[in-house]
Amino acid sequence: MPVDQGLAELSDTLLLVAVLCYAVAMIGYAADWAFGRPLSLRPIAGGATDTLPASWTQTTGRLGAAHPRRGAAVGAAAVALTVLGWVVHAASLTTRGLAVERVPWGNMYEFSSAVCLAAVTGYLCLLYRQPVRHLGAIVMLPVIVYLGIAGTLLYAPASPLVPALNSYWLKIHVAAAAIATGIFMIGFTTTVLYLVQDARERRGRGGVNEQSRMPSVSSGGRMPSAASLDAVAYSLTAFAFPVWTFAVIAGAVWAEAAWGRYWGWDPKETWAFITWVLYAGYLHARPLPRWHGRRAAGVAVVAFVALMFCYFGVNLWISGLHSYAGV
Amino acid sequence: MTRGERHAGAHPRPGSVTLAVGLRQSWRGLTSMRTALVLLFALALAAVPGSVLPQRPLNPFAVDRFLGEHSIAGPIYDRLGFFDTFAAPWFVGLYLLICVSLVGCLTPRIRLHARALAARPPRPPRSFARLPRTASVTTTLPPAEVAAAVRRRLRARRWRTETRVHDDGATSVSAEKGYARETGNLVFHLAILGVIAGVAVGALLGYEGRAIVVEGTGFTNTAVAYDELDPSRLGGAADLAPFSLVLDDFDADYTDGGQPTDFRADVRYAEGFDEPRRRTTLRVNHPLSVAGSRVYLLAHGYAPHIVVRDKDGRVVYDEVTPFLPQDGSFLSTGVIKVPDVSPGLPQIGVRAAFLPTVDLTRDGRLFSGFPDARAPAVSFEAFAGDLGLDAGLPQNVYELDTRGMVRTGGGFLLPGETSGPLAGGATMTFVGFREWANVQVARDPGQRIVLVSAVLALAGLMTSLRVRRRRIWARVIAGPGGTLVEVGGLPRRNVEAFASEFDRLVAELREHLPPAPREPAAPQPTADAVPVSDVRDSREAP
Ligand code: HEM
Repeated sequence: MPVDQGLAELSDTLLLVAVLCYAVAMIGYAADWAFGRPLSLRPIAGGATDTLPASWTQTTGRLGAAHPRRGAAVGAAAVALTVLGWVVHAASLTTRGLAVERVPWGNMYEFSSAVCLAAVTGYLCLLYRQPVRHLGAIVMLPVIVYLGIAGTLLYAPASPLVPALNSYWLKIHVAAAAIATGIFMIGFTTTVLYLVQDARERRGRGGVNEQSRMPSVSSGGRMPSAASLDAVAYSLTAFAFPVWTFAVIAGAVWAEAAWGRYWGWDPKETWAFITWVLYAGYLHARPLPRWHGRRAAGVAVVAFVALMFCYFGVNLWISGLHSYAGV
Repeated sequence: MTRGERHAGAHPRPGSVTLAVGLRQSWRGLTSMRTALVLLFALALAAVPGSVLPQRPLNPFAVDRFLGEHSIAGPIYDRLGFFDTFAAPWFVGLYLLICVSLVGCLTPRIRLHARALAARPPRPPRSFARLPRTASVTTTLPPAEVAAAVRRRLRARRWRTETRVHDDGATSVSAEKGYARETGNLVFHLAILGVIAGVAVGALLGYEGRAIVVEGTGFTNTAVAYDELDPSRLGGAADLAPFSLVLDDFDADYTDGGQPTDFRADVRYAEGFDEPRRRTTLRVNHPLSVAGSRVYLLAHGYAPHIVVRDKDGRVVYDEVTPFLPQDGSFLSTGVIKVPDVSPGLPQIGVRAAFLPTVDLTRDGRLFSGFPDARAPAVSFEAFAGDLGLDAGLPQNVYELDTRGMVRTGGGFLLPGETSGPLAGGATMTFVGFREWANVQVARDPGQRIVLVSAVLALAGLMTSLRVRRRRIWARVIAGPGGTLVEVGGLPRRNVEAFASEFDRLVAELREHLPPAPREPAAPQPTADAVPVSDVRDSREAP
């Protein structure tokens, strides 16, 4: 299988351009956040939401609509740049795939790029439905870091797949894993933001007046309320969890075809299992009154760390059967 | 009471302080959701040693190496079962505990959910003002027709409805939707039990083994044919399904850079112990199914054909010996042991490397430049003395114990070449080579159970995470300006998504009911707390 070097180089260049777009967008989001007028959260759903007991509003994903405000132009430009970056990023992945005539998620470098594309896609979908622009800067940050690592440490020149990886199920498995990882990633970012905002609100500086649960203009009212961040983090995780479950099942189907057993407690499989169990723990923890909130968020953070270990840790420090580790 | 506790103590009964109560309490403790959480964390933690320490079933040599290097921690880990984590008693105990907890937790929930499915949607609350969504419509139609219209609308959208006539003359329609959430959740947890059951069936009845098969030779599915066999725990080696196969040809393709792109093994096979006649090609990811077992191509390598002759030219060794590849260039190493040279002469041992594409480094050392056999060669080191075979201990065929031997020379052979004298005048000829394939044979009767359960679990999970439980009530009453319809809605979570659904329904109603001339203002929801107890999942009831 020949590799089209021209296309491969184009793909690399496009990725660089995408990272630049994301980086500038991130600065835009940050500026929007810092210099724009404070965002006011509109009470939603006929005013009843904020008066409902917590367990009833857990998945109220709305962060409240932003009123027109100064600095909005910067924010809009940041969104536009994100969309542009996304298009270029998608083109980079596509040209890589065309260059090697296979799906473009065959090694760690390509997989990382796909994960980030999934994360940005997830963020843009969220943005389409809800005004979550405030999350922009903090969503872009791990994407840029991740792509940076992918483009330098994990970079692999375009090449065909080793035979074990050349399977229909593998393509599905890895694609699902990339999507789930990308969505878990923005879920994680939102969770961290939630923990920060929750701490601020507890100290009475969160910009949300306890009585009305409306943001006070005085300090940092630009942050959405902790409760709504928690809700967004939950809905992202609840979306990604079944996708991850599917990825694990598809992986088992592939393992059965390739190695003669669907599950062998290979380190990669073990960490995928640990990650799955921890996210199941998060979903279990949330409805429990004593766990709802910060403790459940803590579980989600630990689960994401396990996910990252499953990816970087296992591939780089522990080697197993997964020849994917081809860095 | 917390939600978990409520869920756990689904049937609180007064009881005297007896053993039965104690048992019941520990039972409840074991089946509460909080315990489930703790068990999940324990499971995650318990799996960690299995991924960071070498595991006997995967790599016994690595375990031995670890034990050799860690004289203190090693034996402790060993005693704790850390080198076979997933079969360790505490790990098995943990998932048995989860099974028990699941059964205990699901049994009452299934009963309650069945009851909820049979029950009728509840009566409307006395005041709609406290519901998160409300609306009202006035129409000229008579109340009975209006109630029927409301019911029809809701039914069309697959709500369960119940119409009641009240003492004050009002007619109410209660509707509820989203039972699938709990159904999905129950299916998910039951399917998890199914997965565990399937794994257990496979562990008890399945078997797995690996064997190296050289081109031109065969394999019969019997215990002796395996290099490694993990027989079925219940049936033992007698469980091996009879079949045989012959490896006719093995081929590997590489890119110019030496990266493999495809492996193929042409085999003939037959069920039972007939002459293997049916032809097929085994490839990575494309196993062969025969006699209820599956045959997989795992790895491959080279097996040089070596002949050793004694000083009189008599053949004392003539074998095709599989060598083990050491790296991506398929430089492969192996050992030749010649115990019976001639009476009175020392035994001969040879350590050799097979180089598929021989090349020289700048400083004159041999290496293999490419994995395919373009210019094969063998380099070797010969020893004479005692091979140590008589000690009665099983020996690794890939290692040479040179403690009782002396090095007598070494060299380098191309195909067809013969070495100078090794020891006692014996010589060695590199005749040629064949390729070998490492096949894995496995049967896992629990596999189908696991797959079906996993798919059910996924479906249940998606349903459980997507569907929301919600209720709508309509009260229809005749008034001075026409018939008044009050509508109220109560979602369980996600008020936002429900709001649009509710508004759509109300808009539809408005469309279908001829409006009365004067419509009173819709009552605004107040900011009081909403009665949480109005809608509950069955698992929280009563
Ligand atoms: C292997 C063990 C288990 C796993 C992997 C697991 C996984 C899950 C997952 C992923 C959910 C989220 C689905 C949803 O929110 O609807 C869930 C929900 C739930 N699980 Fe489990 N579970 C396990 C054991 C148990 C046990 C032993 C109980 C018994 C108490 C239990 C009770 C529940 C309940 C009541 C929910 C509903 C939570 C809610 O929807 O608010 N689970 N479980």
